[in-house]
Amino acid sequence: MDTDFHEVTLSVNGKQYQRRVESRVLLSDFIRHDLALAGTHVGCEHGVCGACTVLLDGEPVRSCLMLAVQARNHEISTIEGLTTKDGEYHPLQQAMHDHHGLQCGYCTPGILMTMTAFLDETPSPTEDDVREALSGNLCRCTGYQNIVDAVMAAAERMRG
Amino acid sequence: MSTRTFGEPVKRNEDRRLLTGQALFIDDIELPGMLHVAFLRSQIAHAKIIRIDVSKALQRRGVVAAYVAGDLGDYWQPGPILVPPPPIAGIVFHERTQVPLAKDKVRHVGEPLVIVIAESRYIAEDALDDIDVELEQLPAVVDLEKGLAGGSALVHDDVGSNVSAHVRQTKGNYAAAAAAADHIIKRRFLYEHGISSPIETRGVVAQWDARANQMTIWDTTQAPVFVRNGLAGMLGLNERQVRVIAPFVGGGFGPKIMMFYPEEVLLPWVSMKLNRPIKWIEDRLEHFFATTHERGQIHDAEIALTKDGRIVGIKDVFLHDGGAYDPYGLTVPINSQCTLLGPYVVPHYDSSFTQVFTNLPTVTPYRGAGRQHGVFVMERLLDFAAHELNIDPAEIRRRNLIPPDAFPYNNEIIYQDFEVLEYDSGNYEPVLDMALEAIGYGTFKDEQTRLRAEGRHLGIGLACYVEGTGIGPYEGAKVQVQSNGKVSVATGIGTQGQGHFTVFAQIAADQLGVAVVDVDVVTGDTDQFYWGAGTFASRGAVVAGNAVNEASKVVRKKALKLASDLFECSEEDLVIEDGKVSIVGVPGKFVKLGDLANHANPMRGAVEPGTEPGLESTQYFGPKMGATANGVHAMIVEMDPRTFDLKILKYVVVHDCGTVINPMILAGQIHGGVAQGIGNAFYEKLVFDDQGQLLNASLADYLLPTALEVPRMELGHTVTTSPLNPMGIKGAGEAGAIPAGPLFAQAIEDALDLKGRGVELLEIPLSPSRLFELTRSARV
Repeated sequence: MDTDFHEVTLSVNGKQYQRRVESRVLLSDFIRHDLALAGTHVGCEHGVCGACTVLLDGEPVRSCLMLAVQARNHEISTIEGLTTKDGEYHPLQQAMHDHHGLQCGYCTPGILMTMTAFLDETPSPTEDDVREALSGNLCRCTGYQNIVDAVMAAAERMRG
Repeated sequence: MSTRTFGEPVKRNEDRRLLTGQALFIDDIELPGMLHVAFLRSQIAHAKIIRIDVSKALQRRGVVAAYVAGDLGDYWQPGPILVPPPPIAGIVFHERTQVPLAKDKVRHVGEPLVIVIAESRYIAEDALDDIDVELEQLPAVVDLEKGLAGGSALVHDDVGSNVSAHVRQTKGNYAAAAAAADHIIKRRFLYEHGISSPIETRGVVAQWDARANQMTIWDTTQAPVFVRNGLAGMLGLNERQVRVIAPFVGGGFGPKIMMFYPEEVLLPWVSMKLNRPIKWIEDRLEHFFATTHERGQIHDAEIALTKDGRIVGIKDVFLHDGGAYDPYGLTVPINSQCTLLGPYVVPHYDSSFTQVFTNLPTVTPYRGAGRQHGVFVMERLLDFAAHELNIDPAEIRRRNLIPPDAFPYNNEIIYQDFEVLEYDSGNYEPVLDMALEAIGYGTFKDEQTRLRAEGRHLGIGLACYVEGTGIGPYEGAKVQVQSNGKVSVATGIGTQGQGHFTVFAQIAADQLGVAVVDVDVVTGDTDQFYWGAGTFASRGAVVAGNAVNEASKVVRKKALKLASDLFECSEEDLVIEDGKVSIVGVPGKFVKLGDLANHANPMRGAVEPGTEPGLESTQYFGPKMGATANGVHAMIVEMDPRTFDLKILKYVVVHDCGTVINPMILAGQIHGGVAQGIGNAFYEKLVFDDQGQLLNASLADYLLPTALEVPRMELGHTVTTSPLNPMGIKGAGEAGAIPAGPLFAQAIEDALDLKGRGVELLEIPLSPSRLFELTRSARV
């Protein structure tokens, strides 16, 4: 098979990147290995586990189900951009720490990206809303209870 | 006074790196010149290898090498026996361990045939399609009973049968006791446990540095020290030339302790051969075949009772699916055999099992490690006994609990740690009472009746269990005060999310009077700590935790001695807190721990003979035997009687694991265990066809529970300390996962009146479709 390269320009966490990339390279591999932003994790590579979730123009997407070339000229947000420039936690990061919402931490970046976008859209969720929104992210360690509590607590704090 | 952190819900030291995407997981390792690996794996469960031709693959641009078994020369060896069979009289055990690449025959789908090395993973996977393989398919051994019947195909021809092992253990004289019993109840049970499926799959990175004469291996293993020792031997290197690092690992749950996986053996060898760093990361499809499983057992069990429901004895004969190879010995079926006895007085026990070779992936421990199977059998036998004897299910359990004055309680048979199965301590009845109270057992029947009149189908389940935890042999820890006053703790176990960076820090912090955040814990790096066994059997906190405690105590003593010399006062007049040693009642008179550490490492002058430099100690802890934790789970479900959709309305766990180091982390361990137990009981099933093909090898088809299936849990604790270690702790890692099976069977039977309809739930996993089949075949 002849390889087929493209120039790709995109923004990740507000920073512009330009790379030459093979057409078949997954967005997840591109972010992790070409851009060295390894905080985005890959769990299943078939769009089920949600670990690789990033935001594309503010919307959660599975970066394992997209090609890097498809992200051309789009704005991506990853876990590395979630804290403030001074390193202050996002309220959900703080709540996950306070409520022990992570154990091995491998699924955590995907959960943070999914649920921060959810909280932006749904500032006053019920527990059922949170569980529904979280149901596309698999966690094998926590049993979800503390993640749900963290999201509820973050929502409250973000409402002020 | 410094605040004591032991027993407090201290937040985790490791969280920040994980929450900000800065923690190093294995696939994050990027090295200059790194090569990537893909494996060609057998798509047939049982076949003769006729021919493998990699020549076309080698012509592909970007492919560096491809090796088959024959290319490995003397390096090709079956793996070591990881856990030898225990010393039980009359034991039969045929050791047949996995090989790096299949040579003459493949024995399960997913067994590797060729390792392909290329400049990228994409190219390596492309090259798999270039390989020409000819396999001659043989009949596959999948069904345990058929596998033992005459004329069956043989997984290992030279064994002469598919018996991997046979063990009988007895206590008392069951046959004589049963002859005098009032009631005997017999059933056949089928219990299948699934795969651990951590969200991070396995991976290996190997870097041979020819100039430094040094091999570095990053590995998602739970047992880095054993991996180092084994690989050094195989590669012809000294152990000091090999460094194994288990970085942040994204969940383990047992299968990541298996060794040696073919990939662990092959990557370092290839790195030496090509003199390039090399990486393999398991993909999710590979994980279903290339990582070990737990699977099924078939039990023919009977319980003998008096008419008032006291257990006279139990007889159990079971088959255990061991898979294609048996490197982990008999740990899983021995756990089933032992844990079946539970928290109950069982005067007579006769238990035999046969471990069967099958053409399926190898079985090794996965969270619970066979304990689930035994607990299911015992709890179900008690349910049927309660029904037939017209005794309440909670009451029949209460009548049979081991009384608190009977500890240590000797069950006489041999456990997985090769010691006699003796429970160190326990007080079981209060745990049962708390669980009954929390679930609302006393009022449930009225509630159930009331709601049934409204057309709602609620059911209740209750299960008791014990968990043997914290077994030997030993772990060690090095505790060191650094010049900046921070404390470093290093231990040899691996960590996969259990909170070791925090609980070990709490232990050291309390002894040394420093803040938990000022204790830096290192696990899983063989250059940081040389000795150890690994993370398994709910033993990290118990065994490594006690080693940290012992080492911290010695450092504390050293600090007090140094300060007393410095201040020319008695040690009794000193207090160690807030990172310094002070004279009691003289606030200005203190020395910082970091300064003391420097003082103990002078640039000039002599260090007295018999003393060691620095504020440091390495200590080891090895318990005589495992500490036995116990618990009761209770659950109320609501069933849709037409679709068999299930909703958990309430889930209660009451648990006793001795002294608690960090209740927040303990709760997390229980929550996660219960979630896996729920998956096992009702959602996760490995579906094989009769040729050994796994039909649902994707996370879209193998259903891990989501936030919608796992309910909020209500936890309660009692504390019965263990006399086996100075901190009095017992392990807790697996407890949550153990008793969900019988809870589901009971609660569903109860909700759907299945007993009245002549249906008994004798198997796990259940599912809506399985319940449909079972109720339909009963024609009620």
